[in-house]
Amino acid sequence: MRYVARKLGFYLVAAWVALTINFLLPQLIPGNPVEALIGRMSQSGTVPPGEAKVLTALLGLGTGNIAQKYWQYLDGLAHLRLGLSIANFPTPVAVEISESIYWTLILVGTATVLSFVLGIALGALAGWKRGSRLDSIIPATTLLTAMPYFWLALIMLYVFASNVWHVLPQGQGYDTNSDMTPGWNLAFLASAVQHAILPALTIVLSSVGGWLLGMRNMMVSTLSDDYVVAAEAKGLPQRRIMIGYAARNAVLPSVSGFAISLGFVVSGAIAMEYVFSYPGLGEKLVLAVNNNDYPLMQGIFLVITFAVLGANLLVDLMHGFIDPRTRLSR
Amino acid sequence: MTATNVVATVAAETGAPSAGRLSGLRAAFRSPRLLAGTTIVGFFVLLGIVGPFLAGNPNALSHTELAGPSLRHWLGTTQIGQDVFAQLVVSTRASLAIGFGAGLLATLISIVVGISGGYAGGLLDEALSLVSNVVLVIPTLPLIIVIIADLRSNGLGPLIVVIALTSWAASARVLRAQTLSVRNREYILAARAAGERAWRIVFVEILPNELPIIVSNFIFAVIFAILTQAALAFIGLGDPTLLTWGNMLNIAYNDEALSIGAWWWFIPPGLCIALLGMGLALINFSLDELLNPRLRVYRQRRPAGARASAQGSLRESVRESAR
Repeated sequence: MRYVARKLGFYLVAAWVALTINFLLPQLIPGNPVEALIGRMSQSGTVPPGEAKVLTALLGLGTGNIAQKYWQYLDGLAHLRLGLSIANFPTPVAVEISESIYWTLILVGTATVLSFVLGIALGALAGWKRGSRLDSIIPATTLLTAMPYFWLALIMLYVFASNVWHVLPQGQGYDTNSDMTPGWNLAFLASAVQHAILPALTIVLSSVGGWLLGMRNMMVSTLSDDYVVAAEAKGLPQRRIMIGYAARNAVLPSVSGFAISLGFVVSGAIAMEYVFSYPGLGEKLVLAVNNNDYPLMQGIFLVITFAVLGANLLVDLMHGFIDPRTRLSR
Repeated sequence: MTATNVVATVAAETGAPSAGRLSGLRAAFRSPRLLAGTTIVGFFVLLGIVGPFLAGNPNALSHTELAGPSLRHWLGTTQIGQDVFAQLVVSTRASLAIGFGAGLLATLISIVVGISGGYAGGLLDEALSLVSNVVLVIPTLPLIIVIIADLRSNGLGPLIVVIALTSWAASARVLRAQTLSVRNREYILAARAAGERAWRIVFVEILPNELPIIVSNFIFAVIFAILTQAALAFIGLGDPTLLTWGNMLNIAYNDEALSIGAWWWFIPPGLCIALLGMGLALINFSLDELLNPRLRVYRQRRPAGARASAQGSLRESVRESAR
């Protein structure tokens, strides 16, 4: 199928650009980062032989001309030689990332889908009953959207997890003080869910307004289209017109917007995870930055970017499936 | 026949007289949303300009540490006795400067990329849209974090440039689409036939037509830049010597303002960001309603434009007959 091939090609290019940016950026680091990194590693333990070489290739600082450096960098990545973390020496970066990625994927994924569904449903209703009381909450949602994610997280933490009304845990992904083992057991899962409530609520509250507004406006536009007026003239039940005729067509731009907004949700989650000390990728990234842990930082950047690209590709393919017009037009 | 005349003729023919647009503008300014939005944004801009002269030294230490709001300290004091209100007022300037600076730069880039691609077409257009789309899908904040961390520089200038370079793509895409739809209209063809130069067509014929979209994109870019800067400063990537709202939040969070219960310290900076963002969003919202009449809410008793009320009553009568 041409549409699929085109999309695949585009995301391959995007992935290549991300890889190349990740190769070029460490050139900006002043001084000799590899030497500094090895120096700090040797303070906290014995540095395995060959580590300097891995780091040099990873940071795009290898030997020879730029093409040879680029080749060494790609070769290292292809063999998943991501180096060792410095903040948490000597854990390999790959292990650090795989430990935290599930936390972020499950939390941010669930909260994003929840927010999307909620926003679309409320937006469809607000557009259908424009000028009503439901419609007049729109300005309030713009306040929610303009709020920094992490500030909302601070308030949540203050209200529900500290002085005011201490009903929920303060942070972390699960109760680290008790002797439960992470895995498929009831005690751990219950604790993990309890710890995810505030972070998830933060994401939903600060992103639902955008969906609501977009859907509401599309709904209002769609409602004056001829086929909706015709459906009304035919005397179809109101519910059917709202859902089957108007909402179904109005949701299309939101679906393609969903793909783009994924990147923003991930971005918003970084500072939010930091507030809750949530053991996800975002918190790891902040930790890596504050420790000048370049290997961990570059690794997390690549993983986040690839995850967002993959999700985008999925949504794009889905969109082509939902709306046949996108497939036909180039 | 000059191009301006062509525009006027075409406008008259398509039934879009400038008087109608003016009355629309006046109607928009009657909208409470636009009024509220401009009031909020105007207040903050004024505060950013004159505030630092009035607020006094934001780093002056008083003997009362972590005091709640009082007549002496309107918003209480910090862990080391600085006046939170003075800090808040002084922070406004740098926060606004980064927001508007990065917003302006991002908008300029989007105009250059979007309009030139859309107008020129062909290979240039293909290349520019590919670049825009790629920049659009790479998650912005992680990229900015890595750039700033590698650069080891977080001064005002580099920050503005980095934020602008990563946030122009969405607007460029919108402008390209608009330019594509405008470039084959009669008045552009007429201008081209009259031998106008390409740059003149772009600046005199196309750009003014896209001004509402550009303004709306600019406002979004400012909101985005302010939020991004705040997030960066909050996670510790800001310039510690530069007082901004994000920086205040970073210090409050790290000095345990939450567990101490010093709400007067961490609520106001975030509230300022949210209020300013809301003010800008309200302006955009009413601009949107101005540009897209379908979004306007027509109430029955209030007299609206003739065409609009006709459409509304048609809809109502259809609804009635459907029941």
